[in-house]
Amino acid sequence: MMLEIKNVKKRFEDHVVLDGISLDVNKGDVVAILGPSGSGKTTFLRCLNFLERADAGEMVFDDRRVDLSKARKDEVTALRRKTAFVFQNYNLFLNKTVLQNVTLGLTLGSKIPKQDAREIAVEALRKVGMAERLDSYPAQLSGGQQQRVAIARGLALRPEIIFFDEPTSALDPELIGEVLSVMRQLAEDGMTMLVVTHEMEFARNVSNKVLFMENGHVVECGPSRAFFENPKSARSREFVNSLASFHQDMPRTAKRI
Amino acid sequence: MNERLWGILLDAFPKLLSYGIRVTVPLTVLSFALALLISVIVALIQYANVRVLRQICRFYIWVIRGTPLLVQLYLVFYGLPSVGIVLDAFPTAVLVFGFNEGAYMAETMRGAMESVSRGQVEAGYCVGLNFIQIMAHVVLPQAFRTAFPALSNSLISMLKGTSMAATITVMEMFRQATVINGRVYESLGLYGEVALIYLAFCTILTGLQHWGEKKLSSYGGTRS
Repeated sequence: MMLEIKNVKKRFEDHVVLDGISLDVNKGDVVAILGPSGSGKTTFLRCLNFLERADAGEMVFDDRRVDLSKARKDEVTALRRKTAFVFQNYNLFLNKTVLQNVTLGLTLGSKIPKQDAREIAVEALRKVGMAERLDSYPAQLSGGQQQRVAIARGLALRPEIIFFDEPTSALDPELIGEVLSVMRQLAEDGMTMLVVTHEMEFARNVSNKVLFMENGHVVECGPSRAFFENPKSARSREFVNSLASFHQDMPRTAKRI
Repeated sequence: MNERLWGILLDAFPKLLSYGIRVTVPLTVLSFALALLISVIVALIQYANVRVLRQICRFYIWVIRGTPLLVQLYLVFYGLPSVGIVLDAFPTAVLVFGFNEGAYMAETMRGAMESVSRGQVEAGYCVGLNFIQIMAHVVLPQAFRTAFPALSNSLISMLKGTSMAATITVMEMFRQATVINGRVYESLGLYGEVALIYLAFCTILTGLQHWGEKKLSSYGGTRS
């Protein structure tokens, strides 16, 4: 087991957002985190990278145990060093070029010499098909291109796991495919990924595990195939069926990847 | 215009200009540098929400913005000696102008920093940067670009404001004009002349602002 997440709890004032979420992740797993809006998916992901402080919960990463609510600064830094985070809104550094966006964390955060950082960055950008735009600024790129740069920025850190928070939700429909195909390539390369998504085709065809959440609870967690073909709970069945009828109505959306 | 007045004005011009360049300009530059330093520190403290320091900063801004500049000058230069703090006129002026404009500029900087999306800060943490690195490499460069027109305003207003240093005996351009006027009684001509020199200085600054705005990178335009 590479990553064990136990009993994550989070409330905003008197609204309970996460009510004890647990998840086991093996190396190479691609976990799709599904659920209706407001189910706590994004908050769950943000708690794992300390962008949000959980009220309770525990994480065992590579045999190191960390209390999510009480982690010290050095523990947070150490954990973040092993992970990368891809945001819904890309969050590229707007005053930096494509290349600088990727090298900044390497030279300043990881203290890698400039020349080496550049090589790592160019390599990562090549993987996402953005090596031709090294000197462009984010404002000169489309949303899909920005998101691919953001993925390269994460990849360059050589993380053990990448968290994706609705990576295609802010994109125009015609730009979603290019981002999903980069993610699919990563999955095929064996990258461990936790993906909060509404892209059901991705969840069905690329992920090997599904965590289905609602109202801060885990409704179902298991292999993707089983979840889509034979959902265990009534709620999951309802969710999967509603998607099936949705895709019948709009067959083109199903063919994005 | 009669010949006597022309003579006086021509005679005064090099003196006024010389005090302008030797005193008014350095006074402005030093005060502005101090104000800029103060504003960045105060804005950073508020942005980072450091508990006690934040309150001190709010108090500083409240007091400075709530009292007249002239009163502040008098308090420091004429008031503080009675408790044993005696400063020369020029350093007093630099300190008071710096702290005064710093309070306004701190609010400008804070607003500009807050206009940089928090997502970029989060992304900075995620790639392993610490708070100072994120501020220095991501937030402040963008904030300076946003704040540049307002900061230019502050600089121009400060240049003219230095004339108030005359009231605490700093021999700068305006005080020099009053001194000459004391001998020749040509208020309209002399104060008009000194006003024109201030106008010329400010015109140069305005030109510099336009040049700087063009020069400052806009990071690839506004297309998104």
